[in-house]
Amino acid sequence: MGKAAIRATGLNKWFGEGEARTHAVKDVNFEAFFGEIVYVVGPSGSGKTTMLSMISGILRPNSGTVDIEGTNIWSLDNDALAEFRLHKIGFVFQDYHLFPRLTTAENVAIPLILQARGWGEALQEARQDLDVVGLKDRADLPPVKLSGGEQQRVAIARAIVGRPDILILDEPTASLDGDTGRMIISFVRKNILSDRRCIVVVTHDSRIFEYADRILKMEDGHVMAAEKGDLHEE
Amino acid sequence: MNWGIFAIAYKLLVNDQAKFNALLVGITFAVFLMIAMTSLFAGILSRASATVLNIGASVWVMDPSVQTVANSIPLPNYVLDEVRSMPGVKYAVPLYSGAALLKLHDGTYQAASILGLDDTSLFGRPQLISGDLEDIFAENAFIAVKDSEFAKLENPTIGTTFELNDHRGKIVGIAKVSSSGLFGIPTLYTTYNRALQYIPNSRFTISYLLVEPKSPADVQRIERDVRATGYLALTKDEFTDKITDFYMYHTGLGVNLLMMTVISFMIGLSISGQTFYSFVIENIEKFGALKAIGAKSHELVAMILFQASLVALLGFGAGIGLCSVTIWLARAYMPDYAAMVTFLNIGLAFVMVVIIAAISSYFGVRKVLLIEPFDIFRG
Repeated sequence: MGKAAIRATGLNKWFGEGEARTHAVKDVNFEAFFGEIVYVVGPSGSGKTTMLSMISGILRPNSGTVDIEGTNIWSLDNDALAEFRLHKIGFVFQDYHLFPRLTTAENVAIPLILQARGWGEALQEARQDLDVVGLKDRADLPPVKLSGGEQQRVAIARAIVGRPDILILDEPTASLDGDTGRMIISFVRKNILSDRRCIVVVTHDSRIFEYADRILKMEDGHVMAAEKGDLHEE
Repeated sequence: MNWGIFAIAYKLLVNDQAKFNALLVGITFAVFLMIAMTSLFAGILSRASATVLNIGASVWVMDPSVQTVANSIPLPNYVLDEVRSMPGVKYAVPLYSGAALLKLHDGTYQAASILGLDDTSLFGRPQLISGDLEDIFAENAFIAVKDSEFAKLENPTIGTTFELNDHRGKIVGIAKVSSSGLFGIPTLYTTYNRALQYIPNSRFTISYLLVEPKSPADVQRIERDVRATGYLALTKDEFTDKITDFYMYHTGLGVNLLMMTVISFMIGLSISGQTFYSFVIENIEKFGALKAIGAKSHELVAMILFQASLVALLGFGAGIGLCSVTIWLARAYMPDYAAMVTFLNIGLAFVMVVIIAAISSYFGVRKVLLIEPFDIFRG
């Protein structure tokens, strides 16, 4: 087991007040380490997306702490937290959320541009990362011209272009057929995961469980069980 | 400042050609209408004060009931003597301003504005472009003004004759003035005494007294002394303002044009506001994703304000260009077309465009500030 990348302690989150109050995450402790892929699985409404949001610094918990590489991220103000996410965490959203009016390379370059890197330099690095995900020849196309699998790879390129230590993948295979989904996650495991990077994946998709190092099950706001997933080397 | 976000904002805007064009058309159309309306008003006001501007006297003395230069109320002759004797007055001369029907060579009648200048000084005379000024003292002499109404006198040349109340009139000079009149009739200059001789008059004959103060500091004193006699003395600017007030507040012209300007503003606001809002809404999840990635709220606000400002400026420029071309074309084919683009029109339209951009972007900014990155995860 490598060094801890994320350490969350006593996380609680509820929505609403009074009778309408829903306790989405209940006193959850969570750890993820560099060099591993951790899956968070569970039925809809189990609280996995809420927990993912709290550990990635986009949803403030009602109580508990989240330490990433020694920084208590919820002690930061909003701008500092945004800056922290920009440099430390890469996101792959379920629906990709690529800008249809920008080219593929420009979409990938966005985190670098937000880091105030020069336009030309950002595009050059974006093209290099598109090469990593096998889409160098698609750099000047708009995302709408790409297939679902290709768009997912563009989203991965965008997530890694800023060289983040932590990668958050939200239902990465939800919009893909089985073969493409397996290909994507296997690609992530083989090419994106490293000893200096931790990947957290929220998924329903049991077809890709084999690519996890650990699998955490969530139910009714609790982490019910932590299992070692079956890891199959390709 | 992170300039790269403006490049992203620019590409998001211009690459969505349908919405970009709709925004541009909306703002261009609004600016066009706003400038067209206000320039028409400015043109009308300028023409309404044409005589004041063309004569160029520093101070005008008149009956207090006068509302426009065309509707003068004759002053008794003793007022001229009284004003001339006032301290601070360098000189004062009478001006005749009236209208008459001219019988032209082809037998038709044409209304004309007649200005009778002081016989001794010819103060307020126009700039001659042909003819000799001294010929105005010749028998039956008139000077025709070559403005947009000149053709209604059958494009006279020096020597052209006409009839005015059974008197013979003769054109001895062609002149130019800085501003054409409002009422679509040509203007003739002659001497004060000839004007009285040719045109039937009431007991009092002086339309206005034109006064030159010894120094600008004397103007207030002259105004006060004239007021003490029961008459009104106004500077050129004050008289122009009085005429403007009359057309703006007592004729319905101002209200009607103001209404049209407000409607133009509303059209621009509704087209661009709605389009811009839908543009932001279409990208709202993407803005949420940017927030999740690490964009700060002020950066997203800057992007939206940049987009709104860009379309506003482009639309503003296009609107001014379109309006200028339209006015130029209209003037080429309709000499009476009064519109006149001034810096005030342009400034007013710019302020309105800024308001349109501000309101349009306000709702987008509000939406972007409210979107939570967590909503993106929740789908």
